[in-house]
Amino acid sequence: MELSTLLNTVQQLFGGLGASALIFILTLVFSMPLGLLVAFGRMSKWAPLRFLLPKNQTCSKALYAIATFAPIQFLFKIYIAVLRGTPLMLQLFAIYYGPYYLFGIPISLDYRFVAVIIGFSVNYAAYFAEIYRSGIESIPVGQYEAATVLGYNKVQTFFRIIFPQMCKRILPPVTNEAITLVKDTSLAFVISYPEMFTIAKQISAAQTTIMPLIVAGVFYFIFNGVVAFVMERIEKSMNYYR
Amino acid sequence: MQKILEIQHCSKKFGENEVLKDISLSVAEGQVVSIIGPSGSGKSTLLRCATLLETMDNGDLIYTGQYAAKSNGTEAIYSDKATLQQIRKQFGLVFQNFNLFPHYTVLKNITEPPMLIGKRTKAEVYEEARELLRKMGLSQKENAYPCELSGGQQQRVSIARALAMKPKILFFDEPTSALDPELTGEILQVIKELAAEHMTMVIVTHEMSFARDVSNHIIFMDGGVIVEEGDPVQLIHHPQQERTKAFLSRFQQ
Repeated sequence: MELSTLLNTVQQLFGGLGASALIFILTLVFSMPLGLLVAFGRMSKWAPLRFLLPKNQTCSKALYAIATFAPIQFLFKIYIAVLRGTPLMLQLFAIYYGPYYLFGIPISLDYRFVAVIIGFSVNYAAYFAEIYRSGIESIPVGQYEAATVLGYNKVQTFFRIIFPQMCKRILPPVTNEAITLVKDTSLAFVISYPEMFTIAKQISAAQTTIMPLIVAGVFYFIFNGVVAFVMERIEKSMNYYR
Repeated sequence: MQKILEIQHCSKKFGENEVLKDISLSVAEGQVVSIIGPSGSGKSTLLRCATLLETMDNGDLIYTGQYAAKSNGTEAIYSDKATLQQIRKQFGLVFQNFNLFPHYTVLKNITEPPMLIGKRTKAEVYEEARELLRKMGLSQKENAYPCELSGGQQQRVSIARALAMKPKILFFDEPTSALDPELTGEILQVIKELAAEHMTMVIVTHEMSFARDVSNHIIFMDGGVIVEEGDPVQLIHHPQQERTKAFLSRFQQ
C-alpha cells in the first residue's frame, strides 16, 4: 500500500474515532446516573402487602412470599435480567428498527445516532446498577448506624456518607466497564452508524485490504490506554483514606 | 434529679428468641450507669433499643419526659419521625468499633454533624471541636484521616464526635472491646474525666473494676432480664444472686 493511501486511511479513521469517542462519552454521561436510579429500584424493599404478615408469629411460606413481594425491586430485576441476558447487538436492532416494525413510525437517518446512545445507555445502566449495588452493600452497617444516631436522615446519609465511599470501592469494576464500552462502541456498526469500525470496514471492503482494520485495532488499543490511565489517576486521587 | 432516660417494661424478640424480658431502668441527670453481663445477655440490644437503632416490641421509652415509644398494652407505639429526630439530638452513642467516617478528616467527623443537623454556625462549631480535640489530646491530628490513627485515638475522636452534638446522655457500647489493654486504659481515663464533669452516661462494658470505679449504679443482666442491680462496690464484691456470683467469680479471684 502506498504511504498516501495509508495516511488517507488514518485520516478517515481519525474522524470515525471522534464518533466512537462521542458514543463512549455520551453513554457514560447517561448510563452512570441512570444506573444509580436502577440500583435504587433494584434495592427497593417496598412491599405494599406487608401488612398481611401476622405479628410475632410464623405463617405459611405462600403468605410470606405474597406479603414480602416487592414490586419495584421485581421490575428492576427484570430490567437487569433482560438487558444483561440478551446481546447488545440485538438491543441496538430492536431500538433502531422497533419503532417502525411495531408502530409504523418512519425511521430517519438522524435517529441512528439517537438509537445508538439510547441502546448503549440503557444496556450499560444495567451493568452499572449492579456495580453500584455491590458497592453500596459493601459499606459496613455501622456507617449507617453512626449517621442515624447523629441525626442524619436517609438522603443525607446516602449522599454524604455512603455515596463517596461507594465511589472509591467501585472504581476497579467501573474501569472494566469503561474499557469494555470502548470496544463495544464498534457494535454501532450493525445499524450502520459511521463510527470508527464501520468506516474501517467500508475502506477495507473498497480497497480489499485489512490494513484499515489493523489501524482501527491500534486506535482502540490507544483509546483504552488513555481510559485506563485516567481511571488509575482517579483511583490514586482517592487513596488518601482506606 | 431530673430523669434523662426512662425505659419501662421493655421486651424484644428476634423471631422466637426473647432477647429482652420486661426490662425497666431509669437514668437521672449526672448518673453513670454500667451494664455488665455475659455475651448474649441482651445488654447491647437494650442499648440499641434505647438509641433507636432497634425497636422494642413492647414497653415505654422516654427521654426527659418526651415519649419516643409508648406501650398501648400489647405493643410499643413509636412517635412520628420528627419527634424521633428531636429525641435523637438528646443522646449520643459511642460504638465498639468506632464507626468514624473514613472519608472525612478528624475535624470534619466532629464538625459536620453539629453544623448539618444541629444547624449551628461554623465558627462556633469549629471552636468547640478544637477544644474537644485538645481535651482528648488530639490537637495535632485534626487534619488526619481515621485510618492514620491508632484504635485508641479513633475511639477518642468518636467520643469527641458524640460530645460535639451536646447530648444530655451518652451511651457506650463496649467502648474498649476492640482495643488492647494499653489503649483501653486511655479510653477509660477519658470516660472517667467525663464522669467527673457529671456527664450522664450508660456504659455497657466487660471492664469490671472500671465499672465499679466510674459508675453510681451497676446493672447485671443475663438471659434478657436484670438479675441484680445496685451500688457498684456492693454488687461487684458482695453479689446476692447465684448467677451474679458465678459471673463475677473469675473477677473476684
